[in-house]
Amino acid sequence: MRFATRLVPPLLVVAAVMFAAAPFVIDTAPYESSMGLIQRIFYFHVPVGIVMLVSGLVCGVASAVYLFRRSPVADYLAVAAAELSVVFGLIVLATGPLWARKAWGVWWDWDARLTSTVVMWMVFAAYLLLRRFGGPGSEVLSAAVGLFGMVLSPFVYWSVNFWRTLHPKTSVLPTLPSPMLGPMLFCLAAFFVLYVALLFLRARLASAQAALEQAYLSVED
Amino acid sequence: MVRKIRTWLAVSMLVVLSCAAVGAQQKPTPNEFTPMSAEEQASEVLPATPFVFTAYAIVWLVLIGYVFVLWRRVSKVERELLDVNARLTGPGSRP
Repeated sequence: MRFATRLVPPLLVVAAVMFAAAPFVIDTAPYESSMGLIQRIFYFHVPVGIVMLVSGLVCGVASAVYLFRRSPVADYLAVAAAELSVVFGLIVLATGPLWARKAWGVWWDWDARLTSTVVMWMVFAAYLLLRRFGGPGSEVLSAAVGLFGMVLSPFVYWSVNFWRTLHPKTSVLPTLPSPMLGPMLFCLAAFFVLYVALLFLRARLASAQAALEQAYLSVED
Repeated sequence: MVRKIRTWLAVSMLVVLSCAAVGAQQKPTPNEFTPMSAEEQASEVLPATPFVFTAYAIVWLVLIGYVFVLWRRVSKVERELLDVNARLTGPGSRP
């Protein structure tokens, strides 16, 4: 845990440099033929969406480890991943409608992808509320909620292929022309570096909060 | 009886007049389509730039705000932890 937290400042610096370079990298990508300039939201919206889904998986795996082994580190990682799912989910849910308004003519549509994303976001928000107000023993219950959130991640990803939706299908990414793929991968890497740094930093906070709770109990004794 | 009929007539007149007023406010149904002028067309197209800028601004603001808040929370809890540990290991503490 201590080694991981030492990585946070260099990772944040790398992420900051990559984000500073991102507009110039995105500028090299050509405009998409049917959407034009508005498609540029894609270079932030999609990587953030992928990070949100990965964070849901991390939370689920860490919750499963906590349920079976009662490892405190797994619990800290689960809390961190759940909070990051909510933060990145908020960005996805804010940038998506801005793109939709111009591309589809509506801010929102209750299709499978959008609705399942909102449901997943609410599951992780419920996880955090449970941790905040659940009282003693809420770790186990929230771990079960984390597992449920993890199950939703692949559902959200493939929902566009199972139902007819306004949202583009998953086939967009593998068929992306290389001038567009390069900037997308660059932004994805930048968001992943930032995600790892924030995951370690948030896990450190959870670890410090647990230590503080223990210290207060020792003072009372 | 007459009074009742009068009341009904008054209400009916009111409804008919209201409907006529609403109908007069509505635009007449066009009998033919006419093409829009270039200036009108330009004003109809939703510009993309504000949407793209807003989206990028949201990403930056949310992430920078979150990093700032998280850093402050970590510093506060670690400072508090040091204080409590100092009280535990200090001269007045029990063994």
